[in-house]
Amino acid sequence: MLVSMNWLQQYVDLDSYSADELADLITKGGIEVETVEKLNKGISGVVIGHVLSCEQHPDADKLNICLVDIGEEEPVQIICGAANIAKGQHVAVAKVGAVLPGNFKIKKAKLRGEASHGMICSLQELGIESKLVQKEFADGIFVFSDDVTPGEDALHYLNLNDEILELGLTPNRADAMNMIGVAYEVGAVLNRSIDLPSPELVRTEESAEDYVSLHVENEDDNPYYGATVIKDVTIASSPQWLVNRLVSAGIRPINNVVDITNYVLLEYGQPLHAFDYDRFGSKEVIIRRATDGEKIVTLDDTERTLSSDHLVITNGSKPVAVAGVMGGADSEVQQDTTTILLEAAYFNSKLVRKASKDLGLRSDSSARFEKGIDRNRVVGASERAAQLIQEIAGGTVLKGIAEQGARTVEAKDVSIEVTRINQVLGTEISETEVAAIFERLQFSYQNFGGTFTVQVPPRRPDITISEDLIEEVGRLYGYDNVPATLPITESTPGQLSDYQKKRRRVRRALEGAGLYQTVTYSLTSPSKRIFFSDETTDAIRLAMPMSEERSELRTSLLPHLLEVAQYNKNRQLENLAFYETASVFLPDGELPKEQEHLAGVVSGLWQEHLWQKEKKSVDFFVVKGILEELAVEFGVEERLTFARADEPKLHPGRTAAVHLDNELIGYIGQLHPEVEKELDLSETYVFEINLEALLKANVDHLKYKKLPRFPSVTRDVALVVNESLEAGQVKRVIEEAGGAKLVEINLFDVYQGEHLEEGKKSLAFSLRYYNPEQTLTEEEVKKAHDRVLTAVEEQFGAALRS
Amino acid sequence: MQERLQTLKEEALLQIEKASSMKEVQDIRVAYLGKKGPITEISKGMGKLSAEERPKMGQLVNEIRTAISDQLEEKANGLEKAAVEERLKKETIDISLPGRPIKRGNHHPLTRVIEEIEDLFLGMGFSIAEGPEVETDYYNFEALNLPKDHPARDMQDSFYITEETLLRTHTSPMQARTMEKLNGEGPVKIIVPGKVYRRDTDDATHSHQFMQIEGLMVGENVRMSDLKGVLQSFAKKMFGDEREIRLRPSFFPFTEPSVEMDISCFNCGGNGCSVCKGTGWIEILGGGMVHPNVLRMSGFDPEKVTGFAFGMGPERIAMLKYGIDDIRHFYTNDSRFIKQFNTL
Ligand SMILES: [Zn+2]
Repeated sequence: MLVSMNWLQQYVDLDSYSADELADLITKGGIEVETVEKLNKGISGVVIGHVLSCEQHPDADKLNICLVDIGEEEPVQIICGAANIAKGQHVAVAKVGAVLPGNFKIKKAKLRGEASHGMICSLQELGIESKLVQKEFADGIFVFSDDVTPGEDALHYLNLNDEILELGLTPNRADAMNMIGVAYEVGAVLNRSIDLPSPELVRTEESAEDYVSLHVENEDDNPYYGATVIKDVTIASSPQWLVNRLVSAGIRPINNVVDITNYVLLEYGQPLHAFDYDRFGSKEVIIRRATDGEKIVTLDDTERTLSSDHLVITNGSKPVAVAGVMGGADSEVQQDTTTILLEAAYFNSKLVRKASKDLGLRSDSSARFEKGIDRNRVVGASERAAQLIQEIAGGTVLKGIAEQGARTVEAKDVSIEVTRINQVLGTEISETEVAAIFERLQFSYQNFGGTFTVQVPPRRPDITISEDLIEEVGRLYGYDNVPATLPITESTPGQLSDYQKKRRRVRRALEGAGLYQTVTYSLTSPSKRIFFSDETTDAIRLAMPMSEERSELRTSLLPHLLEVAQYNKNRQLENLAFYETASVFLPDGELPKEQEHLAGVVSGLWQEHLWQKEKKSVDFFVVKGILEELAVEFGVEERLTFARADEPKLHPGRTAAVHLDNELIGYIGQLHPEVEKELDLSETYVFEINLEALLKANVDHLKYKKLPRFPSVTRDVALVVNESLEAGQVKRVIEEAGGAKLVEINLFDVYQGEHLEEGKKSLAFSLRYYNPEQTLTEEEVKKAHDRVLTAVEEQFGAALRS
Repeated sequence: MQERLQTLKEEALLQIEKASSMKEVQDIRVAYLGKKGPITEISKGMGKLSAEERPKMGQLVNEIRTAISDQLEEKANGLEKAAVEERLKKETIDISLPGRPIKRGNHHPLTRVIEEIEDLFLGMGFSIAEGPEVETDYYNFEALNLPKDHPARDMQDSFYITEETLLRTHTSPMQARTMEKLNGEGPVKIIVPGKVYRRDTDDATHSHQFMQIEGLMVGENVRMSDLKGVLQSFAKKMFGDEREIRLRPSFFPFTEPSVEMDISCFNCGGNGCSVCKGTGWIEILGGGMVHPNVLRMSGFDPEKVTGFAFGMGPERIAMLKYGIDDIRHFYTNDSRFIKQFNTL
């Protein structure tokens, strides 16, 4: 809502308040003033001029030499190229020395040999937006229609000395979508009285009911409809004051009748519609639901197809307007219109909203109906418009209104106790202060021992319960005056849940390992959704996605992490280490199952210390090490296992399935080289696991283990085995065979090549034996170690490397 | 004899001075002071002297021994010191060479801000509730006093999956979910961080996915002044002790009265600058007193308890706090962006 200071001044005395000060007070009162705009965009030296003569330039077809009286001793010569310039006009003249928007300075000039002492201005040159300029002046200079005096300041006449407050209205404050509502609000905020228009009408003997036979089929759809008839109207341009008001509110002036309906819409918040009575098509005005498939061509010359969800005004046979949304083209007021049927109605807001949404038509009118208008102002608004049409367009207003439904509704009672107000706000506001606030709001009330019963006027439909009154009192009392206290309820311990604590540890562990956290989108494309997942599961798809790229919920975190890798690689950032923890979404019941995953992507160099000639590229074991470290952190290192696996998007020889106990919880591996090529990534390793499974695994409490009291014995053994044999298998066999006294097995060398038979490799383990009860005897160690050697020989044919 | 001793002394001192290694020093010691050395010889021959001369001579011999021995020791010390110095010189490194980097990642800036806020409210006795990102229409809207045809639903155009399920548009659904479980028994003190979604085209200031932290406190005698107090300590801890807050009336369907909170501009201190668009104040969050309908629908009696709720955007807070100019940075994950958040 745009509020002109000059216009508002008509209703409330704003003296002593600058626009900025007022804006601040209104904002503090609860309606946010988003901007304060000066209409004068840096103009000075523009006056009214009277064109005394206007002749064609001898050397230029399109230029005119004008002699213009600008209120100085001598008229000045100005060269003007506008097509609509003519002798006798009153125009806006930027004198020599004047400044126009954009710091454009007017100087003496010579145009094709003729001197020009100034410039005759168009409205655009004065900083008025093109979309607000009347059609007649759109391509030329502006011409005053009023009686004006040469030499006077043109800005005043064009309202360019005004300042505009832009209100950001929350949906509950539709009451401030009109100047009268704003006047009530500003009156309350400033604690000043307001002066509202009271239209006085001269009506003829002829009655509107002779011209209109009205029938509203369903009063729930349309609780009130009133038609006023005005004859002998002359359609013309509006006077400058009316033009100025509309322009200040951001509405383009069209002609006097249309401008008046718009003006009253802005002033009263009441949408009105003026039909050309002679083009209406009948005396009948029937308001009913449209039939399915019924058509109407609206004012914007577009054919619309309606349904029974839509309310229409008809002439008995066909729709002439979509109620509250837009009129029809057939009955539009035109230049030759003489008789007007002026509609002022109260339509069901839900129906207007539905039609506006279905037809994709949002108008100033529908916006107000949707948010709710003041029922008690409908008739007043139609009288105000009739009065203005009478004054400005010379119409005669017929007696009475052809109407159906009650004109007004009762105020609604809402009660509140002063003690309750103070209890909720934490304040000590007195009864007198509360009463004063209701008076500022112009609410009538009764006060019985601190309980106020307020008669809430229909202009404030947002106030329905006592809490709404607490807000009214609070906002006008001022939240600055509410103290800052600490809650006095019983104290509660604030702490993270076990899961939340563990999640924080996961982040710290991964970051300690060198990975950077990312946050990526949950919505993805169909192809990315199935990139790493089972193609057969159903998609969880948005009903109306904004794009295919963001149309389905992801089932895996990796596709977006790979996008992050690509993004960075394209910027020469090639050493990558990222992780993310986030939910993936799996089809389930009504709501999907949301499972928190952990995924990572690493590529490029892992270690780099150049001047010491150290460089270590990422490999499978870097990623595996990260997960193993995490398993240690959560006490499941014995239970987390890796098994060779085959995944379509991963390297067949470098991929492992990750199991916790016996449950598959994810994968680690290198991207398949073809995928790397497709994504233009270098060797890249990834992992993704079900984090919930890891964090929810039951583990024993941390318990201290006694420090060793006896020496342990270490034996190294190098075993020659087939190269295809996995070290992990050998380790498991050693572990089993070694028994309780074998406490640590470390693989310290893997060798293949010289001195070894083709197809063989050597695995060197360091085995540590320990007995917590006493010092190990050589005998004990030998027994255990022999079991190990026998076992590996029997199982794998492993020979000791000599 | 006396002369001989003096000569020996001079000879010895001269040789000591010339010595350049520990071995030479050792040789000199043996040569002069050893058991077969000349001075020992002289001592042995002192028996031939008279009783008067003997003590005098003895004293002289001792003096010369001491003089040589002291000189030897001094020389040895000097040589040792020089040797150490030589070694240290050889071992000297260029300390300006770069140190070995420690591999370490860091939090995403949004996590950093969220954890900071979580810790702050944990300290005030709140706990952290989390809920589903795909919600029912009921919890996302209806239980928050936004019935199906409420005009305020326009304010948050949403991503529906079915007629009844959608991506949550705020983390407020956890208000109802948490309260329902408590069967009307307070107090409730939670904050709810999480991802939310709205139908916005991504640009410098909009993102279809973003974070929100909702706060809720319900109990007997919870007042708006408490909301102000809690938010004040939040603002001071988050943005500095000098920050002032102000509450402005606003509107949310699930609170009544509703407020928006501004903090005094940390950039200009309130005089007006580009960060605060000249107003001296920066809008940080919205909140208010829990609407009685919300309490009632979740099984609490608005006659007995009151509550406050608030909601804030970690992106906005991070953008303000760190001067980040484009919300898309949070979701692009440029490593040069993320790595900046590794310091205090
Ligand atoms: Zn500032």
